[in-house]
Amino acid sequence: MNAIGKTISGLSRGGLIAEEDLRAVAGRHAVSLREAHRAALELGIMPRRYARNMAALSTADQLRLHDAAVAVIGCGGLGGYIVEELARLGVGTIKIIDPDSFSEDNLNRQLYATRHSLGRSKAACAAQRVRQINPAIRVTAVKAALGRDNGVKLLERTQVAVDALDNISGRLELAQACRIHGIPLVHGSVGGWYGQVLTEYPGDGTLEKLYAHCHNDRGVEQEIGNLACAVAVIAGLQVAEAGKIVLGRPASLRSKVLFIDLLEMEFTEIAF
Amino acid sequence: MPPIKVTVKLFASLQAGRFKIQDLVFEAGTTVAELIASLDIPEKEVSLIMINGRHKELDHRLAEAETCALFPPVGGG
Repeated sequence: MNAIGKTISGLSRGGLIAEEDLRAVAGRHAVSLREAHRAALELGIMPRRYARNMAALSTADQLRLHDAAVAVIGCGGLGGYIVEELARLGVGTIKIIDPDSFSEDNLNRQLYATRHSLGRSKAACAAQRVRQINPAIRVTAVKAALGRDNGVKLLERTQVAVDALDNISGRLELAQACRIHGIPLVHGSVGGWYGQVLTEYPGDGTLEKLYAHCHNDRGVEQEIGNLACAVAVIAGLQVAEAGKIVLGRPASLRSKVLFIDLLEMEFTEIAF
Repeated sequence: MPPIKVTVKLFASLQAGRFKIQDLVFEAGTTVAELIASLDIPEKEVSLIMINGRHKELDHRLAEAETCALFPPVGGG
């Protein structure tokens, strides 16, 4: 065991190590907190912040999450909850892409829209929040729209993309960029009490089939809006799918769409 | 050819002014596009067609006792 490993082992109790001790390790061995987190996980010692992840996730799983890079495209309703949950889960690198700033009509459902964040960049606010939750996470905010011209470049060095956009053409461009970059895409969208989730791997073409008959760029949400409860449910399902992909477990919603109706509490799977 | 009975299930906003689930009778060979037209639903308001649990296209010809579920496009974030 190397010197840093010995220090971590010495400070750990019952397979756990406190954040304060990880900071001490980082200081003593001149490494970043992020590197100290990683070193602990490599030794099978769980940072205490993840104590309640244990059993559901092994330290090997937690290390895999730490080493993972996930892109979240769109940081409004879905994106805010997705970023929050990815950070709490322990995904080590999160890239947040959104061109917009918060406005008053975001307050009904967007996690990072507060009275104080109105007018501020959604991506920057989300990144700030992640740093507050866990400074060991590498987070990047990009205040831009992902499109045909920059899509593949923006997805560089990420291994899963999570679709949290609010328009259909943007989603199809994202799917194309994922196909070219060769990474899976977890799609989610919402409208009123309803929402849908699916996972597509390069070449599946499920999202393209799903929106093949849409002539408009928006769906039912144009008339019935978006509710916080639907947004949070769909975001949670997307993070579960993205997390499993990172962990090398099979995604549950490949080649199928899960359609959710929260008014009737009806969950319907449509096989493609 | 005798007429066929199809269970039609409408999801989300497609239910407004119509129904949630109903058994309807059609001529044999009726397509999903014709079923949608008979319900006065503009085609662009249907994003997903599910026949007996599987995704199908507008040109699918309905058969006796099939369940046809229609979903509107959902695109918000």
